[in-house]
Amino acid sequence: MEQRRIGEVILRLEDISLAFGGVKALSEVSFDVREHEVRAIIGPNGAGKSSMLNVINGVYHPQVGRITYRGTQRQQMVPHEAARQGIARTFQNIALFKGMSVLDNIMTGRNLKMKATILEQAIRFGRAGREELEHRRKVEEIIDFLQIQHIRRTPVGKLPYGLQKRVELARALAAEPDLLLLDEPMAGMNVEEKQDMCRFVLDVNEQYGTTIVLIEHDMGVVMDISDRVVVLDYGRKIGDGTPDDVRANKAVIDAYLGVAH
Amino acid sequence: MLYREAGQFKSSYAADQQIFPIRQDRIAVGAVLVFAFIVVPLTADQYWLSAILVPFLIFSLAAIGLNLLTGYAGQLSLGTAAFMAVGAFAAYNFLLRVPGMPVLVAFVLAGACAALVGILFGLPSLRIKGFYLAVATLAAQFFIVWALTKFGWFSNYSSSGVINAQKIEILGYRFDSPLSKYLLTLSIVAVLALAAKNMVRGTVGRSWMAVRDMDVAAEVIGFPMLRTKLSAFAVSSFYCGVAGALYAFCYLGTVEPEGFNLDLSFRILFMIILGGVGSILGSFLGAAFIVLFPIFLNSVAGPLEHAIGVKLPAGLMSNLELMIFGALIILFLIVEPHGLARLWQIGKEKLRLWPFPH
Repeated sequence: MEQRRIGEVILRLEDISLAFGGVKALSEVSFDVREHEVRAIIGPNGAGKSSMLNVINGVYHPQVGRITYRGTQRQQMVPHEAARQGIARTFQNIALFKGMSVLDNIMTGRNLKMKATILEQAIRFGRAGREELEHRRKVEEIIDFLQIQHIRRTPVGKLPYGLQKRVELARALAAEPDLLLLDEPMAGMNVEEKQDMCRFVLDVNEQYGTTIVLIEHDMGVVMDISDRVVVLDYGRKIGDGTPDDVRANKAVIDAYLGVAH
Repeated sequence: MLYREAGQFKSSYAADQQIFPIRQDRIAVGAVLVFAFIVVPLTADQYWLSAILVPFLIFSLAAIGLNLLTGYAGQLSLGTAAFMAVGAFAAYNFLLRVPGMPVLVAFVLAGACAALVGILFGLPSLRIKGFYLAVATLAAQFFIVWALTKFGWFSNYSSSGVINAQKIEILGYRFDSPLSKYLLTLSIVAVLALAAKNMVRGTVGRSWMAVRDMDVAAEVIGFPMLRTKLSAFAVSSFYCGVAGALYAFCYLGTVEPEGFNLDLSFRILFMIILGGVGSILGSFLGAAFIVLFPIFLNSVAGPLEHAIGVKLPAGLMSNLELMIFGALIILFLIVEPHGLARLWQIGKEKLRLWPFPH
């Protein structure tokens, strides 16, 4: 296993402000993500964590701010452009394709790497068939990695919650992303499932060197697996640093425990 | 022979990903093809060929087209008949105006024309969904029929827009007899059904289903919304266009724009609801059901009248037919939204385990 080395800044967000009508979801948030690190975003409910991820991969477009990803500065991202640039994500409320099998769901993660035209696919000639096989091989690797071999033919709608979360991670991994955004990957799981998921997240980080930005509510998990933590509250950044720094931060403690006025 | 896959081991991904991975399915499909291509031509009479089997095949093709769009890509459309009309009139005009145009090429070009029109009327789908989109496709339905009637050029200035389909001649062979038309239709439908099956198990099919099931996730994972939805409209309309051309050339011979009205669109929509939304097999089952059911009902009515000794009023049967259809559609929507194809699949799953309960 290669030694994990935290590299240069891969993603930098500057002065991001996002409002929905009069509601300010994010105000002037800035932080950066370094290559190969595990970066956590925490904060109380409604702090703007998910909005932050949505800004990073272009589902939401901030009114103000700059996003610099791999040296290119943008005002906003566009979802499939973000995908093309190697950003993949999972969702807080599982967003799998319910009518499709686990295998097909994970295969969708490979779509950007498949080049056969519709006509080629219709007659399944040449490239089309070959691509299906090549990518199936890669998908099977991911299935092995996440230990979901036994459910590959099951329609995802029929799976229990914990496994659905895992399939969603598999789908994101199938894209072989450089930057993986995980929106509460362990929400609603029992201790055992959480341990499994932590292991998978760390393995992804170590084996593939994938940079990970995750949102999580379980403080034990966050403090254990992340290199650096951003804390949001009411759309503002109130803390940023290593888990120990954040734990000692007065503003963070106040936000989480409340403060006597 | 039991329907069971025990003992059929796959040792390569190619074997696992083939179109019909279970041996019994392959045999069944082969048997159906042999039956359709050899047994039917030897046994069926003219009435069966030209009044039942040909329309059944053509409706199946149109139903596949609609199923690709509605069942796989999740975009509800009520303009199916209009896209068929585009195909029928385009094929007619290509053959009329381009000297030496081969019929099959004209059919393909007719499909292409329908695909272009489909893309045009699919543009609203980028902004609107569900019932609102259905209403937008309804506009296609009325606009196209109106345009074909209004502008005489499309029907070569015949009265009320009626066109007489040209004779079909391929490589010097004239497709005059019901049997030859049946075989031509069957061949085209078989090839296109195979292509549809291939598409839905490839990336393009997955992109459609992804957009259907969760459009935000589909976009995040890298399917461009515009291209995915419009490709569904294009391919769907291509199928409907070819079906329309066959409808004119192999079935009716004489068609007018009004023949491709909203009723026909609904008939095809009912086929996919009854047959199975999101299933190629379901398109055939639904078409078979809707084509055969009235015939079945009529054949039952005769003996029934005889048995109870009362002559049923003439209008009753056709009204009864509509009522039973309506009831069946409601029943299917409630009990089995995935239609006959799903029932078939459940049956197969049961058979795989039979006689054991689990």
